[in-house]
Amino acid sequence: MRWFWIDRFDEFVRGRRATAVKNVSLAEEHLHDHFPGVAIMPNSLIVEGMAQAAGLLVADAIDFNRRVVLAKVAAAEFHFDAVPGDTIRFQAEVLDLKPAGSLTRVTSTIGDRLQGEAELFFAHLEPGEGVPKLFEPEELLRWLDQMHIYDIGRDEAGQPLARPDW
Amino acid sequence: MPSRDEIFDKVKSALVDALGVDEDDVTPNATMVGDLGAESIDFLDIVFRLEKAFNIKISRGELFPEDVLSSSEFVADGKLTAAGIATLKARMPFADLSKFEANPSVQNFANTLTVEDMVRYVQSKLAA
Repeated sequence: MRWFWIDRFDEFVRGRRATAVKNVSLAEEHLHDHFPGVAIMPNSLIVEGMAQAAGLLVADAIDFNRRVVLAKVAAAEFHFDAVPGDTIRFQAEVLDLKPAGSLTRVTSTIGDRLQGEAELFFAHLEPGEGVPKLFEPEELLRWLDQMHIYDIGRDEAGQPLARPDW
Repeated sequence: MPSRDEIFDKVKSALVDALGVDEDDVTPNATMVGDLGAESIDFLDIVFRLEKAFNIKISRGELFPEDVLSSSEFVADGKLTAAGIATLKARMPFADLSKFEANPSVQNFANTLTVEDMVRYVQSKLAA
């Protein structure tokens, strides 16, 4: 089982920005205990959603050639709680992208209110000793398909993204 | 070319943002790792911020020579060899390595680099 903290992408512009959606549902077990009778989505999991949105944006930009791992939450601030029934929109933007790492900024909004904002720093690790394999290629591709990246994704010139043939 | 104080202020602001430390903690003699708590991933973050603040390009390993410190060619029994120290000096002319030379254990290097070294590094890049 994997943790999926975004449901799909609504916008995906290679190497630049992306918008992902997460619907918060009381069917999610973690909300039953956090807290009983007063369900609140933990902001730590919202950071995870932010990281999944921004991480896929970055990983695609470097052709999935390196393992993109969340190395650092450089800054994060939250303004109110996300609760069941909310639709969270994660808007991720690439601030800086280099072979060894990338800096991104992600906001979470619910309706027209800014719920949270964070700067996330990713390290791009070369596959090799001591670097765990994160995905089998077909499993990764399944996730990208589920996220609709190749349905709605565009490159900087506005052309559709080609689905890799792994 | 900005003055030393202007450079220091921008370096300070980069370190405050990257490390989440108070401005008052970022003194010239503060060590990056020991006093400010920088970890290896923070150096990558700091590189990003210095590049942006000063419009310079910093190559991998230039600011924090982890490749030298982890090289079997330059490290023996946890200490940097004479060749390793020579390589560091050539690579990092901006850093004051005199204290490190007295006890060149790799672990000790963490407490060698100071904020002032970062300022000197930026000065050297801007002068190049």
